[in-house]
Amino acid sequence: MTSVTPFLVFFAGAAVVALSPARLRSVLLIATPVVGAVNLWFLDPATTLGVSFLGVDLVIHSGDRLSVLFAWLFHLAALIAVIYSLHMSDRLQQVAALAYAGCALGAVYSGDLVTLFLFWEGLALTSAALILARRAPGSPRATLRYLVVQVTSGLLLLAGIAMLRAGGEDIGLAAMELDGTAAWLIFLALGIKCGFPLLHGWIIDAYPEATETGTVLMSAFTTKVAIYALARLFPGTGELIWIGAAMTMFPIFYAVIENDLRRVLAYSMINQLGFMVVGIGIGTELALNGAVSHAFNDVLFKGLLFMTMGAVLYRTGRMGGSELGGLYRTMPATTGLCIVGAASISAFPLFSGFVSKSMIMVAVIEEGHGWVWLVLLFASAGVFHHAGIKIPFFAFFAHDSGLRPKEAPRAMLVAMAVAASGCLVIGMWPDLLYRMLPFDVSYDPYTWTHVLTQCQLLFFSALAFTLLKLYRLYPPELPGVNIDADWCYRWLLPRLARHAARLAGDAAVPLRAVALALIAGTTSVGRRWGGPSGILARDPVTGTASLVVLLVFALVLVLHLVRGL
Amino acid sequence: MGLLQQLPALQVAVPLIGAPLCALVGRPRLAWMFAVAVAWITFAISIALLEHVLDAGPIHYTMGGWPEILGIAYVIDPLNALVLVLVSGMAAIIMPATRIGIDVEVVHRARHLFHTVALLALAGMLGIAITGDIFNLYVFLEISSLASYALVAMGIDRRATRAAFHYLVQGTIGATFILVGIGLAYMMTGTLNMADMAARLPGVSHTAPIQAALAFILIGTAIKAAIFPAHSWMPNAYTYAPSLVSAFFGATATKIGAYMLLRFVYSVFGADYAFDEMKIGWVLIPLGLAGAVAGSVVAVWQHDLRRMLAYSSVAQVGYIAAAIGFANRDGLIAAIVHVFNHGLMKGALFLVMACVIHRLGKADMESFRGLGRRMPLTMGCFVVAGLSMIGVPATVGFVSKWYLVSSALDAGLWPLALVIVATSLIAIIYIWRVVDVAYFTKPPPGARDEAPAMLLMPAVVLCALCIVLGVSTDLTVGVANTAARLLGGAP
Repeated sequence: MTSVTPFLVFFAGAAVVALSPARLRSVLLIATPVVGAVNLWFLDPATTLGVSFLGVDLVIHSGDRLSVLFAWLFHLAALIAVIYSLHMSDRLQQVAALAYAGCALGAVYSGDLVTLFLFWEGLALTSAALILARRAPGSPRATLRYLVVQVTSGLLLLAGIAMLRAGGEDIGLAAMELDGTAAWLIFLALGIKCGFPLLHGWIIDAYPEATETGTVLMSAFTTKVAIYALARLFPGTGELIWIGAAMTMFPIFYAVIENDLRRVLAYSMINQLGFMVVGIGIGTELALNGAVSHAFNDVLFKGLLFMTMGAVLYRTGRMGGSELGGLYRTMPATTGLCIVGAASISAFPLFSGFVSKSMIMVAVIEEGHGWVWLVLLFASAGVFHHAGIKIPFFAFFAHDSGLRPKEAPRAMLVAMAVAASGCLVIGMWPDLLYRMLPFDVSYDPYTWTHVLTQCQLLFFSALAFTLLKLYRLYPPELPGVNIDADWCYRWLLPRLARHAARLAGDAAVPLRAVALALIAGTTSVGRRWGGPSGILARDPVTGTASLVVLLVFALVLVLHLVRGL
Repeated sequence: MGLLQQLPALQVAVPLIGAPLCALVGRPRLAWMFAVAVAWITFAISIALLEHVLDAGPIHYTMGGWPEILGIAYVIDPLNALVLVLVSGMAAIIMPATRIGIDVEVVHRARHLFHTVALLALAGMLGIAITGDIFNLYVFLEISSLASYALVAMGIDRRATRAAFHYLVQGTIGATFILVGIGLAYMMTGTLNMADMAARLPGVSHTAPIQAALAFILIGTAIKAAIFPAHSWMPNAYTYAPSLVSAFFGATATKIGAYMLLRFVYSVFGADYAFDEMKIGWVLIPLGLAGAVAGSVVAVWQHDLRRMLAYSSVAQVGYIAAAIGFANRDGLIAAIVHVFNHGLMKGALFLVMACVIHRLGKADMESFRGLGRRMPLTMGCFVVAGLSMIGVPATVGFVSKWYLVSSALDAGLWPLALVIVATSLIAIIYIWRVVDVAYFTKPPPGARDEAPAMLLMPAVVLCALCIVLGVSTDLTVGVANTAARLLGGAP
């Protein structure tokens, strides 16, 4: 049996779904990742596929263990997401979901930067459709904001590639040093999609704006592709350690005061990405394994948490922590699944977060970054705080909001259950995951030291939350707007730009006049010669035309003969 | 020898013998069916030849078994194999549409001869492309030219006669120039076989007759290819000829001229001699770019869209001339690819004109008002082929322009690359004018009234090819690459 490169299955699925009636679409949606998985199973890892377009040789498909791991992850995520979305029959979302997954698969199998760029842009466009598909009054503007950021990332990547090529360098996907403008441009492009500090605004902005399914998909694909690319292109880049450490820290504070629970998860997303970025920055085999396995687990548990919040949103239409509470009475299954996700993200032993996060922590210590280790430790406590306790507590317990929604639809529960069992299975039998990692591991997460350290951390963290709550020192859940870095480019920059534009506008008046005069001049010359009665357009007189030809001939003849002398 | 070995001869013989037989058939419907069959057989032969050439290298075929130097030789390499596919393919695609196409647009008393003359023109063009003997080339040039004058004169508009007369005078000047050039070269080398002549020319290349011969042939082919300012025959001929004839000639006639130029320069005189010693680039680049500017500018103000398309062809042929003049590998590829690609898009655009004329009787700006609603498929074809004409990515036009611009850059002439880009911008203007009128003006009353499928289908097929070959460039660029390598690439 011969397999095709994985993204083709999803693109074909998207094309068929686009043309199918609603009833058939559900079946096709499930079938696509399943067929994709069968295809992936039979795919020879050594396959490479190249095409040549206009003299540029592109490697569309080339995979190693890293690609294969991400490919399985994306198939799993796509399957969970489509099951989760079975309750709705929105063609736009369904097509976009499959195409989005296809772009992610194409990106992880890209053999060179140009192909990566193409799928990079594909990710931006398909995921933008998922924000637009919410069809809320603010959706078009949110989509536009999201697209501006994503396309900027794509343009930076393209500029970097162009500079590399102009310098005669290889555009294959080899690890590169952070020296020179081209490398920095590519680094920034990846940084935007990874949510580097100050470039993270779009994650906070867009995730809460997408549809329930859209957020689940976005949390699975865009940032993970960026992590994949970062692990490929910049492993062991020292700057990443500090960037990653900052990413684990600053979202914690925002997450504690943020009211919109999906936005809390978005902050938590940046925090988790920070752990992965640190791992990539350290760059040892253990650290990279840790980063990659954490990416794998994050898709499952963050997806699970987004799904539970999506279910709440779907049933209640609300997402503010202050408006929710007490939902455990009527949504017990969702509550239980949310707690599994919360335990996983908080890295409880026997849950998936534990087996990957501890890997990064150990790698940090082994390389002697004591301060970073402390930062990560603090961040871990913070994660438990905002994602492990806050999310389930304010949504399902806390004060009774009086809401009595129905349990989540069955399809949603199935999807959440799949993700939750994934979290548990990996947490209990980590070897299943370790076996697929890019480097061979001899790492055992369940040593007494690891387990005890983590349990103490979790215990004291929980104690702190309880005490703060008891003494009413914990910031109350209040609806409000928190000012983040996006204040700079959503408030400050536009005002500065408007001011600059006004200044420039005054200077531009004479320039404009000159430009207009030039255009008018060119047009009138063009019209005089080429217009209806112009000399170039006139009906030919046979004699004149022949004379012109003869003159040209005479000129050429003289030229030739003179040249020959 | 089996039938397969005789394919080169059949390529020309089938339409050449088919033409008089077609006249004998008499009944118009039967003549049409016969002509379609001949066109498709010819097309099949050309495809078989192209495949064979790509697999096994150039074919040398000698007529009647005479040695190549004494008799007439047919030599097929990737370059002319591609031209054969273009010419016969265009005939095969357009010929079926002539059954209804000629009802409106061909004068009544000439209708029974239309298919005969069309097959003659086809045979002539194929002969020019296939032959390896320069006198034979001249003979076929006369056959195709005379048939072309006749076809133009068949237009229903009375001005067609005058256009045909002008075309005849100019065409004859061109053919005579070519003949004089051939004569001079023959005088100095004593041979008419291209390969043989190429081998003997270096010995006498410094003599005045050979220098003059190159000048004669350069200008002769420039007239046939309608390179500015020798283009004067084209606007009127394409405007007043039956639209299907314009479609066929717009796609092939000037391309045959460009092919002759390439063949003479690369296979007879030699690129080193022509470009390095005689500096024909100094003639081709300025004239080509002047044509690109002049043709585009004039096209903007044209009222009759067929005339607009004809001037656009002046510009496009200018690109081909400039590409040849750049005398590097990319330029050669650009010229060959554009010969093929421009054939596709100009053919499609003139077929759209045929559709519109069939419904509305004329193809000026007024008749395009609101046409987007009235003839949506027809206008769709116009938009696709128009985008290709502008050179939008994922169309064939982009592929040609890509190579053209990179060839200008390779030659170190970046200001000329800017000129090329600027003329593409003018192309946006003249295509947009039509789109604007067709989609954004109030349509005159009348229901949806699409052109008959038989006229529309060829246009749709060509538009589809514009996109397919714009995305998958293996056929055109691949063949052009091989051809460029065989011709010696750059001097």
